Amino acid sequence: MDYMLMFYESPEERAQREDPAKAEAYFAGWMAYVGAMYESGCVKSGAGLELPHTGTTLRVAGGKRQVQDGPFADTKEQLGGFFVIDVPSLDTALEWAARAPCAGTGVEVRPVMPPPPRG
Amino acid sequence: MTAPAPREAAIAVARASYGRLIAYLSARSHDIAAAEDALGEAFHAALIAWPRDGVPLSPEAWLLTAARRRLHDGWRHAQVHEAVVEQWRLLNDGIAPEEASAAFPDERLALMFVCAHPAIDAAARAPLMLQTVLGLDAARMAGAFLVSPAALGQRLVRAKAKIRAAGIPFEIPPAERWLERLGDVLEAIYAAYGTGWDDVAGTDPKRGDLAVEALTLAATVVQLLPDEPEPLGLLALLAFCQARAAARRDEAGEYVPLAQQDARRWNSELLATAESALLRAARMQRVGAFQLEAAIQSAHTQKGLGAPVSPQAIVQLYDALVALQPTLGARVSRACALAPAAGVAAALEALFAIGEREVAGYQPYWAARAHLLRLAGREDEARQARQRAIGLTADPALRLFLSRQGS
Repeated sequence: MDYMLMFYESPEERAQREDPAKAEAYFAGWMAYVGAMYESGCVKSGAGLELPHTGTTLRVAGGKRQVQDGPFADTKEQLGGFFVIDVPSLDTALEWAARAPCAGTGVEVRPVMPPPPRG
Repeated sequence: MTAPAPREAAIAVARASYGRLIAYLSARSHDIAAAEDALGEAFHAALIAWPRDGVPLSPEAWLLTAARRRLHDGWRHAQVHEAVVEQWRLLNDGIAPEEASAAFPDERLALMFVCAHPAIDAAARAPLMLQTVLGLDAARMAGAFLVSPAALGQRLVRAKAKIRAAGIPFEIPPAERWLERLGDVLEAIYAAYGTGWDDVAGTDPKRGDLAVEALTLAATVVQLLPDEPEPLGLLALLAFCQARAAARRDEAGEYVPLAQQDARRWNSELLATAESALLRAARMQRVGAFQLEAAIQSAHTQKGLGAPVSPQAIVQLYDALVALQPTLGARVSRACALAPAAGVAAALEALFAIGEREVAGYQPYWAARAHLLRLAGREDEARQARQRAIGLTADPALRLFLSRQGS
């Protein structure tokens, strides 16, 4: 069964990326984690994301585009990356989620919709 | 000897095997709601077929075959694709359709782990377990959980949909998750019991019933996991509490505190069950919170039966409980236990050490505070605490009891 792991990071966690004293350890932690997922053969796709302030949000209202600077929801915890993995059950997906470097902040685990049945 | 009447045979099978049949069917279909529907239809078919053809040799196997056929029909009507074919194969795994004995595996434990899974809404876990394992319906449980039947029904529907959609596995968890997940199962049963227990007053007989059903669930876990001490601890704890249920109210329906209960009104059969379960657990030498709570209940019971346990020993049990699980309830109870063991000053010191913020809405804290302050002769403060306790009490009999204290 396919699950998307959505990794949420706190401002402190995100700040490590740009702190010379901490960046190396931060990226090493993610490399090891993602590497282990690839090694296990469960990864279907996934990536890390640039920082939330680089995001742009768009809504179409009354035929007009409203484009805004910044992420969709203005919360402290922001999506930092995602992976789609194929594992036997929710419990296995939760095992992987628990190993994420940002597990202290939170990981949402959601089933990916299966393709519609062939007619 | 005459054969059992068909209707009674169907009802007897329903009672005895409902949980096993649902567990077996849903473990293979991964769909509890569909399993319930199919089994319901199978029971319905039995009530038509059995009077006509006679009660089958193995009613369970008959029902299982009929329910599996219905699940299969349901899928055939849905669009067929590989996943469905695979489910059908799994469903037929391992049993011949007309197998004479009801030798299908008992998978109720896996079902309980599914129902108590942390990914499910916490408020749905206990009722879901009661429904799937014991066959209670939402209408019967709603009063006990203080929600409308429609709301509880919705909650259960959502939980079953989540189990299916999220892919919660129908299996017994691996060793590294075992204790934590077994704890989830036991907590859900304890919650179901607590819901029934809060209203032993009998203002709502349904709630008292639920306490008995929770006891049955605890006994089921013990039967399925005979070598684990904590299920025995939970069974002992619930049996101790249930043994005293009738004595909690006097003839006029008024609240009777434990220390003043008439021990002759305790249920001696349940007390024996509780003591033997606790003894069996103790022999395994792996202490746990439910065993400690049961041991504390045992000590209280001994006191009522005229063989008091020393107050110091009770405090030691509470110390162990707080070290293992420092819940608010355990810390408040420990403070009360200190009064006879170390004096009221020590008890008050322990009680005041609990942060005010934590206890703002916790009735037992304010009742304990009123009691201890009164023992210390601090009447004014006791009265204030008592008012607060009364204001936080939902049970009319207990409210009346508290309002009479110190007047």
